[in-house]
Amino acid sequence: MNIAVDSTKIPAPVFERSPGYWSSVWRRFRRDRVAMAAASVVVGLLLLALLGPWIVPADPYQSSMLNRLKPIGTPGFPLGTDELGRDMLSRLMLGTRLSLFLGITPVLAAFVIGTCLGLLAGYAGGPVNTVIMRTIDVFYAFPSVLLAIALSGALGAGIFNSLLSLTIVFVPPIARVAESVTTQVRNRDFVEAARASGAHAFTIVRVHVLGNVLGPIFVYATSLIAVSMILASGLSFLGLGVKPPEPEWGLMLNTLRTAIYTQPWIAALPGVMIFITSISFNTLSDGLRSAMDVKQ
Amino acid sequence: MSAAPQPPPAAGRTLLEVRGLVKHFPLKGKRIDGSPAVVRAVDGIDFQVREGETLGVVGESGCGKSTAARLLMRLIEPTAGEVVFDGMGVGSRDLPLKAFRRQVQMVFQDSYSSLNPRLTIEDSIAFAPRVHGTPARESVERARDLLARVGLEPRRYAERYPHELSGGQRQRVNIARALALQPRVVILDEATSALDKSVEAQVLNLLLDLKDAFGLTYVFISHDLHVVRYISDRVMVMYLGQVAELGPCESLFHEPRHPYTRALLASMPTMDPDRRTEEAPLAGDPPNPINPPSGCRFHTRCAFAEPVCASRPPTLGSGYGGHPVSCLMHEPGSGHSAARAGA
Repeated sequence: MNIAVDSTKIPAPVFERSPGYWSSVWRRFRRDRVAMAAASVVVGLLLLALLGPWIVPADPYQSSMLNRLKPIGTPGFPLGTDELGRDMLSRLMLGTRLSLFLGITPVLAAFVIGTCLGLLAGYAGGPVNTVIMRTIDVFYAFPSVLLAIALSGALGAGIFNSLLSLTIVFVPPIARVAESVTTQVRNRDFVEAARASGAHAFTIVRVHVLGNVLGPIFVYATSLIAVSMILASGLSFLGLGVKPPEPEWGLMLNTLRTAIYTQPWIAALPGVMIFITSISFNTLSDGLRSAMDVKQ
Repeated sequence: MSAAPQPPPAAGRTLLEVRGLVKHFPLKGKRIDGSPAVVRAVDGIDFQVREGETLGVVGESGCGKSTAARLLMRLIEPTAGEVVFDGMGVGSRDLPLKAFRRQVQMVFQDSYSSLNPRLTIEDSIAFAPRVHGTPARESVERARDLLARVGLEPRRYAERYPHELSGGQRQRVNIARALALQPRVVILDEATSALDKSVEAQVLNLLLDLKDAFGLTYVFISHDLHVVRYISDRVMVMYLGQVAELGPCESLFHEPRHPYTRALLASMPTMDPDRRTEEAPLAGDPPNPINPPSGCRFHTRCAFAEPVCASRPPTLGSGYGGHPVSCLMHEPGSGHSAARAGA
């Protein structure tokens, strides 16, 4: 074996710009097949939600007494019909819209509010921390499902009120995660060095803290989307969320429950959609976490 | 802005003065006599830092070195005492905190934790000038200049992230970051302690070069006596939150006056086989700073302790001449048998 190395073949070192944090996260995420599959399902669902009204094969509101509870595979109704003879496929497709909206919006709102509260509590520390975190602990005294139902019931039925009550349910856990990561970052020497440079607390949080805490909080919030969808479905199921005839998976599950003995597969379809969506979001969040979890 | 021309630095002018600095960290609960329990991390220290010198600060772990550094930077509020910079009280109307921090900067021990992992190193260095109103482009230019000054080729390193650098390179970045505000004093808190010996030597020489180039004054905190001896002009020995001895480097290393300093020096590893010692010169750990010993704090471990040492706290003074020391043996009329009666 020739072990002599031809020095002319050694490439000169290239000093390229090193990849930023987020691009290296994306590189690791791309290699994770399961997470990529979950991400493509999520993207598909988002597209469906976006384009729903224009791509449904039939009118999702058109009922027909003659075509009630047709089984899966009936010509013209690939996924059968519901208890009022409406096309299940079209209703499930259009239902993506409301279900995702109800799943994502409260988490997004709670993400913004909870991050602000957690940053404030974690960075200020002391009495400010005590006041914020103990107030948040009060919400932990109630199971989240009960809290959502109680709040929705008190505020009255309707989409906006169920969004509001779900947001209130999700602020405490997000704030708690935000507070704990902020406290960790706050004690690192680079924050101390930034203070020593005379920077205002707001500048330090914006430049040095935010970039280091948003990742973990975001991952946690992604995992809450599935919970939020299920809670929102539950609220609709109880008649506290979406009103008929709007297609929404939880509400469809509710109205189809009378058909569970005659057409169990049809009655299960909205549940299958909820299952697929929530498991996709959870897997996505897991993948994000492991892609972000590097020693740096 | 037309500032008055800077007067040439008078050699040995006092730049930074610490008067009666105290930091007690409160603990939960109370002591048995009902007084609040506190950790006496720094318990009344006075010293001066002269312009252009390197003041070494040595002592065992937990003696208050790092607390003293953080008090100097005002990263924590002192319980009592004041820091005077260039004749102006820090935090007073003459010298607001932000203006003071422009003049005094700090390098931390942990090179990794002291750099933001999400920022490129040039952004980390440029942060402080940006805070003080330097335009973005100028700040980045300054950062790149400083990277070159600390021996890191800017074209190669400026846009890297901290985790891509070695410990020594990161510490060079930290030094550049501290210099970005063009300070007059740099506090180096165990800045080279975590580095390999060979890298440490390089960084120490870099520090000496930078000191000459920028006319800096250093407060160099370390537990490594060899390093302190190499870099310092004067040395301050701390024990349990107080100053034990303070003097010019050579006289302190050749004629240590405080028994603690002597024990510290005896603990230095030596290359001379005849002078090797099997016995540890200092036994045990330092006493608990929550409940420090009465009188002289060192009397529990001191070979020369006499009953008077347990009751009478020594004061830092020159006694019989020489550099200041805080020991009853060097205090005229203290009652210690080694001290001459009345002076």
